[in-house]
Amino acid sequence: MKQGHAGQAIPHDSAIRHVSGTARYVDDIPLPLNTLHAMVGTSTCAAGHITQLDLSAVKSSAGVKAVLTLDDVTGHKDIGPVFPGDPLLSTGEILFYGQPIFVVAADTYQNARRAARKAKIEYTPQTPLLDVKQALHQQRFVRPTHIFGQGNAQAAIQAAPIQLHGEQYIGGQEHFYLEGQVSLALPTEEGVMVYSSTQHPSELQKLVAEVLHLPIHAVTVEMRRMGGGFGGKETQAAQWACLAALLALKTQQAVKLRLPRADDMSLTGKRHPFWNQYTLGCDEEGKILGAMIQVVGECGYSPDLSDAIVDRAMFHSDNAYYLPNAHIVGQRCFTNTVSHTAFRGFGGPQGMMIIEQAMDDIARRVGKDPLDIRKLNLYQEQQTTPYGQTIEYFVLPSIIEQLEYSSDYWQRREGIKLFNQTASHVKKGLALTPVKFGISFTAQHLNQAGALIHIYTDGSIHLNHGGTEMGQGLNIKVAQVVATEFGVDIERVLISATRTDKVPNTSPTAASSGTDLNGKAAQQAAQILKARIAECIATEYQVPVESVEFVNNQVRYLGGALSFAEVANLAYLHRVSLSSTGYYKTPLIHYDRKAGKGRPFFYYAMGAAVSEVQIDTLTGEYKVLRVDILHDVGTSLNPAVDQGQIEGGFIQGMGWLTTEELMWNQEGRLLSTSPATYKIPAISDTPPVFNVALLKDHPNGVATIYHSKAVGEPPFMLAISVWSALRDAISSLSHYKMSPRLDTPATPERVLRAVLESRAHNP
Amino acid sequence: MLTLNINGASKELDVTPDMPLLWALRDHALLTGTKYGCGMAQCGACTVHVDGQPIRSCITPVGSVAGKAITTIEGVQSTAAKAVQDAWQTLNVPQCGYCQSGQIMSAVALLEKNPKPTDVDIDQAMGGNICRCATYPRIRAAIHQAAKTLG
Repeated sequence: MKQGHAGQAIPHDSAIRHVSGTARYVDDIPLPLNTLHAMVGTSTCAAGHITQLDLSAVKSSAGVKAVLTLDDVTGHKDIGPVFPGDPLLSTGEILFYGQPIFVVAADTYQNARRAARKAKIEYTPQTPLLDVKQALHQQRFVRPTHIFGQGNAQAAIQAAPIQLHGEQYIGGQEHFYLEGQVSLALPTEEGVMVYSSTQHPSELQKLVAEVLHLPIHAVTVEMRRMGGGFGGKETQAAQWACLAALLALKTQQAVKLRLPRADDMSLTGKRHPFWNQYTLGCDEEGKILGAMIQVVGECGYSPDLSDAIVDRAMFHSDNAYYLPNAHIVGQRCFTNTVSHTAFRGFGGPQGMMIIEQAMDDIARRVGKDPLDIRKLNLYQEQQTTPYGQTIEYFVLPSIIEQLEYSSDYWQRREGIKLFNQTASHVKKGLALTPVKFGISFTAQHLNQAGALIHIYTDGSIHLNHGGTEMGQGLNIKVAQVVATEFGVDIERVLISATRTDKVPNTSPTAASSGTDLNGKAAQQAAQILKARIAECIATEYQVPVESVEFVNNQVRYLGGALSFAEVANLAYLHRVSLSSTGYYKTPLIHYDRKAGKGRPFFYYAMGAAVSEVQIDTLTGEYKVLRVDILHDVGTSLNPAVDQGQIEGGFIQGMGWLTTEELMWNQEGRLLSTSPATYKIPAISDTPPVFNVALLKDHPNGVATIYHSKAVGEPPFMLAISVWSALRDAISSLSHYKMSPRLDTPATPERVLRAVLESRAHNP
Repeated sequence: MLTLNINGASKELDVTPDMPLLWALRDHALLTGTKYGCGMAQCGACTVHVDGQPIRSCITPVGSVAGKAITTIEGVQSTAAKAVQDAWQTLNVPQCGYCQSGQIMSAVALLEKNPKPTDVDIDQAMGGNICRCATYPRIRAAIHQAAKTLG
């Protein structure tokens, strides 16, 4: 009986630890004697210059051991991950409200916190730039504009029988990982050892080394598990690690820096808010003939990852629809806020929103059901995207057809129309929206991974790879791959913490690519070891090497079999190396940025969702009544894990589009800095009917690990169906003649405003 | 010095009475299964039982629970607790796992009071335990399953 091989719905490797409180996170690591606790002191204006910085009261505060400013940094002072622009501490210029100016280490957390508040800082404040459209008007960009397209959009729109225009403001999103940013740094003989809750140990290692002016090999980073990442710990875990490391070297004591929740929310970047607009031309049936789309990301004070994030918004502004003539513009605006960063979907969701708005708008204009418009414009095999990638293995028509049937879409549509005609204040809405999400990092070099496998003489297997576990089930999936390759029970495979001294130069665990990349790398390492063992057996027993197989915890060969443990010991005695690295790089992908053409994605992950909502037109309050999802994960490596990603991704996406509202005041200070003022979904927000299914019998058309598909991000965008269903319910007030603008988050206030607008349109 | 009854054992801790129970548990009793999430009783990650009632340890002064029975995730051992932990594993509830100690403590307290909770009961009892991975559908299913096991 094979236990825990690829395709089996086995539990997360930490399941027992998770339910017994024994899963260890960074904040749970037993501290060395005399560990210090660090806290940052931050700005109280959003733009300007520091005129006076008096830290004497901080230094003399109880328990304080060290206070550092940027002047104390001997190495790099800028920790921008791709482009410069992220000073470790303020240079004297203030770029956002809450910008760290100094860092203090004290004997206790409380003492550090008290001391950090004692600084006397004076500023010459400037008027902060906080509005994305104003920034656009002033051409204040953190990175250059990028444009791509195909055909002649302008001419096609002009010649089209119908022209439409729409715009939208899409709100950002706080990551709200339950485990906040945290790092623990220990001075070592050669440099520093850092435990950090990070999605990108290698980048963190490099940045710490640069800040400390050390070679990279003098810094080691370990990451066992995160209490959630969602993109928020891709680049923005580094600052806290660098500060802790700096203090650790300065004091030669261990230093822990754990941000209090309000600091975490005020000091770290979020999902980019976007302002988008489209102008399109279509025929009388609603088929798009040409489209001009502009997506504008509000990036905050620095580039961070905004180049790639706005690129991905552009790459997804077609979502699943063919735009024969398209002109896509992406812009990256500067504002005096935190630097917005990666968040599940990485700009893709914000880009998709504009074309999904357009689908609804076309439907109202031509008097058809929005689903008919979506199906009419759906890609067909071999068509090309605006960036030149050919559509292949396009399973969406099949997904939509199955979902229409399983969700009873058309019958429910009729029922809802009838309901809306008779109900006085309550209106219902229904929407089916698809997702086509490109899988691969758009920065080509990141599409590589390494793994390391040791087999010990008792047959136990030690597995390490460059990916990081944040709850997505990466470690168990990679372990399943290794167990499958060796034909052993999963219990034999020990998954170990991600460490920069085991697998070097790794990519962030991001872009949904963790399993695709690290699973393949681990498979290669396993195959190398199998080949060595097979050769050893062939020589020992004088059998053909091809006869050696790894099945049922045994290694079989012509005329015999040995247990896996016996084989491991045999190989050792025959001086066969039982340790191997593995390596993988994604084939076929390329993108010529100058030409705006290429194949940035190895493949697309797809899915669709049907959501039904009910709104109260007197208050704007609403409920999600039912959700049906059919999602494509290729051949699933672990259906239990994959389905959990779909359920959770959908609900998180629903939070983004409905209740989660970031609020900055006129001074640029974030007001939504706790769960009391920022509402992520709770258990009561779970749809009462929530049918989630995996698409069956569709292995990935390209050669991914066992033909599976990435699943981390794509389901997030299925929640667009909730927003579209809200617009559908509101549109019923104009007898579906009008498509109301509904910016996000679609809070009850915004829904009510759209209701009033829609009513006013009703003749 | 305060004497606390934690998980059935008497422990003397060098803490002041105004210290939040969470820090006494994590930093002094070295029981790190209970987590810091928000520090203002709004997320539920720090949920423990005091005399069987679920409370938020991050805002509970440790002085106020001296002499009472404090139970943390490390010490929860009732039949209901076993049923909840089993159901949590069978249905693969946790993703990142960070909020799950608190989720389990709230779920156990619910089932000990109400052996057959409805979805509405679950929403009310669990509404203060947020999960960013949004494992809610499985939390709900696991509570129903545990209730079934308990008969």
